Amino acid sequence: MSQIIIYTIITLVAIGATAAIILYFVAQKFKVLEDPRIDEVEAALPAANCGGCGFPGCHNFAETLVKSENWDNLFCPVGGNETMAKAAAILGREAIEQAPRVAVVRCNGTPEFRPRINSYDGAHTCAIIHSLYTGEAGCPFGCLGEGDCVVVCDFDAIHMDPDTDLPVVIDDKCTACGACVEACPRDIIELRKKNKKDRKIFVSCINEEKGVVAKKNCSVACIGCSKCFNVCPHEAITMENNLAFIDSDKCKLCRKCVPVCPTGAILELNFPPPRKKEPVEASETKTD
Amino acid sequence: MSLKTFSRGGVHPPEHKLSAGNKIIELPPPEVAVIPVAQHLGAPSKVLVNRGDQVKVGQLIAESAGFVSSNIHSSVSGKVLKVDQFMDSSGYRRLAIQIQVEGDQWLDTIDRSDDLVRNSVLPAEDIRKKILEAGIVGLGGATFPSHVKLMVPQGKTSEYLLINGVECEPYLTADHSLMMERSEELLSGIQLLMKGLGVERAIIGIENNKPDAIQKMQQVVQGSSVAVQGLKVKYPQGGEKQLVKALLKREVPSGGLPIDVGVVVFNVGTALATYEAVMKNRPLIDRVVTVTGKSLEKPSNFQVRIGTPVSYLIEQAGGLPENTAKVINGGPMMGRALSTIDVPVVKGSSGILLMNEDEARRKEVKPCIRCAKCVTVCPMGLEPYLLMTLSEKSLYEGMEPEKVMDCIECGSCSYTCPSSRPLLDYIRLGKGEVGKIMRASSAV
Repeated sequence: MSQIIIYTIITLVAIGATAAIILYFVAQKFKVLEDPRIDEVEAALPAANCGGCGFPGCHNFAETLVKSENWDNLFCPVGGNETMAKAAAILGREAIEQAPRVAVVRCNGTPEFRPRINSYDGAHTCAIIHSLYTGEAGCPFGCLGEGDCVVVCDFDAIHMDPDTDLPVVIDDKCTACGACVEACPRDIIELRKKNKKDRKIFVSCINEEKGVVAKKNCSVACIGCSKCFNVCPHEAITMENNLAFIDSDKCKLCRKCVPVCPTGAILELNFPPPRKKEPVEASETKTD
Repeated sequence: MSLKTFSRGGVHPPEHKLSAGNKIIELPPPEVAVIPVAQHLGAPSKVLVNRGDQVKVGQLIAESAGFVSSNIHSSVSGKVLKVDQFMDSSGYRRLAIQIQVEGDQWLDTIDRSDDLVRNSVLPAEDIRKKILEAGIVGLGGATFPSHVKLMVPQGKTSEYLLINGVECEPYLTADHSLMMERSEELLSGIQLLMKGLGVERAIIGIENNKPDAIQKMQQVVQGSSVAVQGLKVKYPQGGEKQLVKALLKREVPSGGLPIDVGVVVFNVGTALATYEAVMKNRPLIDRVVTVTGKSLEKPSNFQVRIGTPVSYLIEQAGGLPENTAKVINGGPMMGRALSTIDVPVVKGSSGILLMNEDEARRKEVKPCIRCAKCVTVCPMGLEPYLLMTLSEKSLYEGMEPEKVMDCIECGSCSYTCPSSRPLLDYIRLGKGEVGKIMRASSAV
């Protein structure tokens, strides 16, 4: 009996040893040399594998960081400047600082402002509705409200508001990875510079139709009247295709454009409520 | 006569041919016509008129802007109000020419008499040129410019001309009424197409649910080299590839065209338009549209000018019933719901179907039960459930090897699905995305 046990042990040890030796030589022969710094840099990255940097995952991004001389277009939006500084420290170089960004939904077509003129009962994704027709409200540029942007968010930072039928971004959770920007078939979501206390001023409309046509579908559409363009002291506003656009990098948050907008298409968010001596402005201010 | 059909897949939706046997009624021109410049597959035409111009019926108002493109003629006479963006059937705004109708003055070159003209002496070259000039496109619905089909690519030969009189879509009867009422002209048009194509043999395929049309056409074609073949009723037999298979037992290769197996297919409407263009000098300015629906007072076949608003057609058929829930441009299988009825009839409009509240509602979508009914009915031999899943998960790269581009969008899969899953909606989306990827990679 004991003999069987001994033979078994000896045989298994022999097989194990032989396999180990073979594997050792194979491993030596087919060794893949990789820069050890890639793993170090990868450890410093957030490991979200979200693709926000434009690479399939954190490992590919780390590899690119190690290999490329020029870091101009390389940035991890999730980790931000802190992570980039860490990666730069590992590689012994300087990081390029970028202003943090946040996703902003540029449509304010709630059922109140933009009445629904038909009802859709087909497949519930924005991409399909967009390819079929203009949507329940008839605006060819507006939000379709099926939440393709919500599905793709890895950070739970965007959800649909059932009252407005529009997506809402939670600024603290948003990492500006850009997944929602990609997912939106109408390119409504934009990554804008993050300001102090999450303050925002933006044209909440991307309708390029003529003013009369745009206004037919939605009362808060940008009609391209250029009033905001004329009043802006910082040259932050540009007019193109009947549409005003506020460049978040140039905007100084002076809010001069907000009261002049005849349709209320320019939104100001997270500003303190106006002082009591200006009751006129109070009705035009929207706070979130 | 033995009946033929295609072998793979297919479904049998209820036919509901309400307007069958109704005479074609020619409608007077509308008050205002809106004529889009993109009514065909290919490049949108180039506008030739300006605001304020006076136009006559048959006048060229937008010219072909490329090889795969088509001429567009004014269908009414009057003053051009605007050249601007107008809503098309999808609700999106596209370039169109709006004309205020004044009287009904036709160009003098157009022969408006009903006299039958036979036996053209024109050479094939001139027939093709006339078809190109008249702006004729496939009237079955795909609106592919006809002159392109007549140019047989080098290295390929055409043996057969097939004429599609199948009309497999439920409800629609436009082609049926054409075969009954214009059979002599139709035959002449077919002979012109044969000459233009340089083939000796032509077959008209007609489904067996139109025995009167089969009989009528058989009488007419006697003594000519055109044959009539009855077909077993099965959807989507009117699909080009299915018709080739049914009539000739030839299989169009994946990604190929019927010309790859020596065949060119035209719709009966297109053949008739060819007759009008070549023999009567009359460009494509009107077409027969079926206006139908269970709640509609007078389901009819109307001959209407291109650019007539759909609302005008519905009015002529007895007005919009109160319980209308959906207005569909086309038939119930392949048509698309309209978001407004203030859109114009275009060259590809074969029917307007009004669905009431009971018919229109889609059933609740349930999970896939892996019954593979969609695989059984797919006439192209695809796996719709797989394509839908890939599209749902945005795995578009995986759809191309699964031959998504072979999908003819017949909707048999969605029709048959016991879980009422929107298979075709997702497949169509995926097809669009795959198309984009393919164009992007071929551009590099």
